[in-house]
Amino acid sequence: MTTKSNSHPQERIGVYVCHCGTNISAMVDVEDVAQWAADKLEHKGVVIARDYKFMCSSLGQELVEKDIHELKLTRVVVAACSPHLHEKTFRTACERAGLNPYLCELVSIREQVSWVHTDKVAATAKSKAVLSGGIERVLWHEPLDPMTVPIHPATLVVGGGIAGIQAALEIADAGHPVYLVERDASIGGHMAQFDKTFPTLDCAACILTPRMVEAGMHPNITLMTWAEVENVDGYVGNFDVTVRQKARKVITDLCTGCGICEEKCPKKVIDDVYEAGLGYRKAVYTPFPQAVPNFPVMDVENCIYFDTGKCKACEKFCPTEAIDFTQEDEIVEFPVGNIILATGYDLFDARRVSNYGYGHLENVFTSMEFERMNNASGPTDGEIVLRDGKTVPDSVGIIHCVGSRDMNYNNYCSTICCMQGLKFAHLVQERTGATVYNFYIDMRTAYKGYDEFYQKVLEEGTRFIRGKVAEVTDVARLPNEEGKLIIQAEDTLIGKQRRIPVDMVILSSGLEPRHDAKEVAKTFGISCSADGWYIEKHPKLDPVATMTEGVYIAGCVQGPKDIPSSVAQGAAAAARVIGKIQQKEMALEPVRASVLEDQCSGCRICNDLCPFNAILFHEDTMLSEINPALCQGCGTCVAACPAGAITGTGFSNEQVLAQIEGLLMDMSV
Amino acid sequence: MTEKNDFEPTIVGFTCNWCSYRAADLAGIARIKYPPNVRLVRLMCSGRLDPTFVMKAFAEGADAVMITGCHPGECHYLEQNYKALRRYLLLRRTLVAMGIEAERLHLAWASAAEGIQLAREITEMVERVRTLGPLNWHLNGSQPEVVSEAAIELEEVAA
Amino acid sequence: MKPKFAMYWASSCGGCEIAVLNTNEKILDVDANFDVAFWPVAMDAKYKDVEAMEDGSILLTLFNGGIRNDENEEIAKLLRKKSAILVAFGSCATEGCIPGLANLSPAREVVETAYHTVSTENPDNIYPQANYEMPEGVIHIPTMTSRVKTLEEVVDVDYYMPGCPPESHQIAAVLDLVIAVVKGEAELPPKGAVIGVGDSTVCDECDRKRDVKKVSEFTRAHLVGALDPELCLLEQGIPCNGPATRSGCNARCPEAGAQCIGCYGPAPGVVDYGARLISSFASVIDSNDPDEIERILDGIPDPAGQFYRFSLAGSLLKSSKSARNGKVLA
Repeated sequence: MTTKSNSHPQERIGVYVCHCGTNISAMVDVEDVAQWAADKLEHKGVVIARDYKFMCSSLGQELVEKDIHELKLTRVVVAACSPHLHEKTFRTACERAGLNPYLCELVSIREQVSWVHTDKVAATAKSKAVLSGGIERVLWHEPLDPMTVPIHPATLVVGGGIAGIQAALEIADAGHPVYLVERDASIGGHMAQFDKTFPTLDCAACILTPRMVEAGMHPNITLMTWAEVENVDGYVGNFDVTVRQKARKVITDLCTGCGICEEKCPKKVIDDVYEAGLGYRKAVYTPFPQAVPNFPVMDVENCIYFDTGKCKACEKFCPTEAIDFTQEDEIVEFPVGNIILATGYDLFDARRVSNYGYGHLENVFTSMEFERMNNASGPTDGEIVLRDGKTVPDSVGIIHCVGSRDMNYNNYCSTICCMQGLKFAHLVQERTGATVYNFYIDMRTAYKGYDEFYQKVLEEGTRFIRGKVAEVTDVARLPNEEGKLIIQAEDTLIGKQRRIPVDMVILSSGLEPRHDAKEVAKTFGISCSADGWYIEKHPKLDPVATMTEGVYIAGCVQGPKDIPSSVAQGAAAAARVIGKIQQKEMALEPVRASVLEDQCSGCRICNDLCPFNAILFHEDTMLSEINPALCQGCGTCVAACPAGAITGTGFSNEQVLAQIEGLLMDMSV
Repeated sequence: MTEKNDFEPTIVGFTCNWCSYRAADLAGIARIKYPPNVRLVRLMCSGRLDPTFVMKAFAEGADAVMITGCHPGECHYLEQNYKALRRYLLLRRTLVAMGIEAERLHLAWASAAEGIQLAREITEMVERVRTLGPLNWHLNGSQPEVVSEAAIELEEVAA
Repeated sequence: MKPKFAMYWASSCGGCEIAVLNTNEKILDVDANFDVAFWPVAMDAKYKDVEAMEDGSILLTLFNGGIRNDENEEIAKLLRKKSAILVAFGSCATEGCIPGLANLSPAREVVETAYHTVSTENPDNIYPQANYEMPEGVIHIPTMTSRVKTLEEVVDVDYYMPGCPPESHQIAAVLDLVIAVVKGEAELPPKGAVIGVGDSTVCDECDRKRDVKKVSEFTRAHLVGALDPELCLLEQGIPCNGPATRSGCNARCPEAGAQCIGCYGPAPGVVDYGARLISSFASVIDSNDPDEIERILDGIPDPAGQFYRFSLAGSLLKSSKSARNGKVLA
């Protein structure tokens, strides 16, 4: 037994077929399509069918509005471009004319017909089918009103790098509270590890630390370092955030940042985070001198006390009794209205490119190791030296595109490595007078001052070899290669293979998403691309918003970029958030599911299907219920309900089934 | 020599708003050409795909159905495309039990950036279905063809 | 003048008639309140008697059985003409029921099997023929339709009463309602309504405890060592169709430890019964890996039987592909 459908009072449908200049009309006979709709679908309720050159123009929209008034239209179907472009335009036009905007349907006969097919007859026939689908569907549309939700004024910024700091400061300066949560012991991110920044060669710490201090002291910023977001529930304007404040083993209220604990700690550990493995730290340590906050953390895995029960030197010497070995992680919960993710990047692991020798050839360095080496407060006190800690190189080779623009590793360009490689070339020249060779594929120096910097480095005498390096080896073939590292590459500008012996090799490693980017994205309910960068709402027109309302992205988490771009995105995300907070409430698209109580039998099959936890079960009434504010409108539960007891507005069963009937309408009749 | 097969299949394609529908849009923007045999239905998510829709499409005359969505792990709604995968696998078994060839139901993942890949999936599917021939579910079965020579009929059956 | 009552069996098993008789004493109310005009199982009457009645003169006709041959269709049309209220009674008439499973094969194969199985002795290869010349003249037997149809495919139906068979207590309730309507004490439900049923699904009437569903195995009751008598069957891996099946039967089968097989038809709000089960069972499979999912699905070796046992003829596809192209014997 099939349930019968089809009991509608007759609707009055206006149909509009757009030429889009010649974009559609060159491949689809639009007049024929409109006429066909007027003739063949009159019995469905079509009272007027027009074709027009540019439906999205103000004249085109006025056509729709006029018809709604004069012909008393109850439904509107526009056959034109993609709904992603102009659904809102036509909905707004209907609204202006007094028709509920959700009674308007836009079907695409451009992106999905005229632009992709070559046979005019077939394209016209398909357009008719697509239009018929839209008309059948619109009969089942219902007037809907968006839901408004309040916006909580607090914001969560995840990641205390330059992008996150920028965002946090802007929002805080606008007078709203911010929670800045950073996984490491100090904010600052990768920028804090750099020495000089291109193209101006500003000292990174000099420009960054004032910002860090400001963020640390700002009355509107709650700084949570050594902390990670564990869970986020809720929806835009009303997120419930759970943060694990990891135990530093230091009572921060008592700690003065004097550093005695670190001084007295007997356990040295290789610092592979801040010093990129080039230097040491202690088991209880502050990551770097300008750390904000200036509280140490204890590395429990390497601490002698936690290992053997002995030592406790730090506790003995602490003048304020701030060391607490028994300190536990703390769970902190708080509500926020919006979230900005600025979690940055990881460096490509150069060991993967085994032919470049990093990890087994001693004097091959990664870019981050070199940054630390250059830094005056780094492990070599700013001296550029080989691994032995004393020999100054006479010749240095810098290799671009390590792990980037490479189908074997990452296909994309990491944006900053050319400038980075040039910066290194300049610094090496300046400080050591060594001969410098840069091996590049293309020179990417696109932004303000970048190409000028490149020209300067050219003039300084750096040698540039255009060719992807095949190998870095220590196997000498000629006497002048003995004891050196030999870089082998094809110099494509002269068409010859070259072997260049150098003392030191620096790999300009690429940028990668954080190793746990996918899990973190899931926590916040957003998606990653296949590469792992977070997906923006629109690649050109909306780079800091995501598909999830209320969650924004800024900085390298969205894709490799330089510092000015990260700062700009941090500011952009902050501006979006400030705008939302000031509006105090927000309208949500009314596409969501709801349970028909009478028909629900409480089988609970739907309960576990919602990743947004929008489905609740009431034990007392044995009924499932959907929270409309949490529901994102995916429709999975609508499709899963065995009793057909869940309906979905905007994409109801009746609407889709009618659309299928329309699409498969017999055109020969 | 193979005969030219000029059967034009009609295929209904279900797309998800965030990935595969955008991939179809991207194919359009890039002017990638593919055959006009697929008519698309936009859903918010491949997780909305109700097997009823597939059955309806076949019953109304579609020769094949394509289900598309975001790649596993990239679903805009986090993991709903996995539900689509599970339903697709059980649906396909049921359709085969009803005599509908497995190739008439196809599942393809396409991200918003994969306009070319989606166009290729469509092109390949059209050719596969062309080889299978029309399904014409809506035409057959309503009017029985009455044969009066029972014996001849039975010989056919026994053969 | 008592109003007329008729009950007819088309392609059915007779169980619906038994269910009516199972209303025990209530059958006396039928006799007291109606003039039973035509009921082949219970009294002798000829088709020409029905043809002679005035159109619309039978107040209530309960039509059970599916439309398998042209006689079924002819009488369906006849009874529609002669009845004021025509009820598609029982699963066969509403959705095809078990005879509807013949729709998985071409009609001629069905006949072939019946006349040539391992247990059939048919040395002279005798087959039914629609028309046969006898010395006395030509005799006819009905021709099979190419597939089993539901009642509503051939005539306009007023009410649907699902169930294989409809539960006797439900039949009794419906009879009481009609008697009350005749007496002017009650109103008929709107045309097209499903009657003799609950509002929801079998789960609504089932007392088993239920939790969120995560199925990692589909199996059969007899293969499970000891079924938990209190826990939902689906959660124990038994593919119980209860969640998609209309309530009204008091969840007899799950209460007794057997999975619901769906005899009460689709829940309200269901367009295609099998599709709902496919969707819901698949959605709760506890895996995202295609190979593992396929392994779990191997636990349902007969999806057409599992999902369309009663509802095949009434589903969207109505039959298998081979049955659609069927030639029929005449």
